[in-house]
Amino acid sequence: MGNIITVGMADLKTCKSPDGLITLGLGSCIGIAIRDPKTGIGGLAHIMLPDSTAIRGNQNIAKFADTGIVELVRQMERMGALKARMVAKIAGGATMFQSMSKNDLMNVGERNAVACRAVLKGLNIPLLAADTGANYGRTVTFFPETGDFHIRAVGRSETII
Amino acid sequence: MPEMSLEHVTNNYLDVLREIGNIGAGNAMTALSQMLQSKVDMQVPQVRLLEFSEVGAMVGGEEQLMVGVLLGVEGDITGSIMFLVELQAAKGLVKKMMMGYDSGQPGLDEMETSAMMELSNIITGAYLNSLATLTNLCIFPTPPSLTVDMAGAILSVPAIMFGELGDNILMIQSRFFDEVEVDGYFILIPNLPSYQKILSALGIV
Repeated sequence: MGNIITVGMADLKTCKSPDGLITLGLGSCIGIAIRDPKTGIGGLAHIMLPDSTAIRGNQNIAKFADTGIVELVRQMERMGALKARMVAKIAGGATMFQSMSKNDLMNVGERNAVACRAVLKGLNIPLLAADTGANYGRTVTFFPETGDFHIRAVGRSETII
Repeated sequence: MPEMSLEHVTNNYLDVLREIGNIGAGNAMTALSQMLQSKVDMQVPQVRLLEFSEVGAMVGGEEQLMVGVLLGVEGDITGSIMFLVELQAAKGLVKKMMMGYDSGQPGLDEMETSAMMELSNIITGAYLNSLATLTNLCIFPTPPSLTVDMAGAILSVPAIMFGELGDNILMIQSRFFDEVEVDGYFILIPNLPSYQKILSALGIV
């Protein structure tokens, strides 16, 4: 078994199998896992906001769905992955507080999920599985070797998508 | 209007926030002590401007189980305020407040949740009161909303709100001692125009 590399909040990392990637405690943020099955190259991004063009201070490209996913794909390509073979899975985008569902700014989890789907579609990367929404946090571990995306949440049994 | 970004906060501004944090947390602890009818000691609060990646470590790891209470802030300024405390410490506080009641559940049951919301209401209310008094602004909280989850997931909420402004999050950590040591965290998240209002009211800009 390989190493597990930690991806922080507003961060993205790549790896090569048998290594894996983990990001802890996704709330309204989303973890986007992409892999190229042939080369075993994988990447995981932990994005916080849907759209970099809506924000003035947008230097941190890993923070946004649009720029973060594009950068992740670019880094994977640089390692030898082929975009045409890439497939994706996403998790997160919860609404952590009930009062948050009321207005647009607050319901950022859902907007993040919509943005991730749109960006992946724009890049022609198929979305194989998703576990988004609801009201709880998720810790996700991604293994590019198999494509397994393990999802752990408080008081729930671990699932694999 | 000058461009506001949290990375450009001056030491001066941090000092002001530290002072507000200090007084606010002091008031909050007084309120807590009255509520628990026991003496609560506290240390000088730490006001920290953290990178998103550091936030989890500060509260004891992204997967640390915590109780997060989020309240809206309305009046002359708008935004949100969050109070966070580690789950076991929250259970201890609630138990004390409810004369030994303990649901025995891993999380909080309905009674404990309601008590914790009340407690958060009172201490964030005391905190906001200090801010209102110092700035002469009218500030009041909206009803609280509570969740028990991993620290990372709870903190994603204020982090995202701060994320619209920059790449840092401003946290006020106040360590207090009841019978045991408890770390409570306040995160005040004014929206952008409100920052300006707070600073103007304090005579900084």
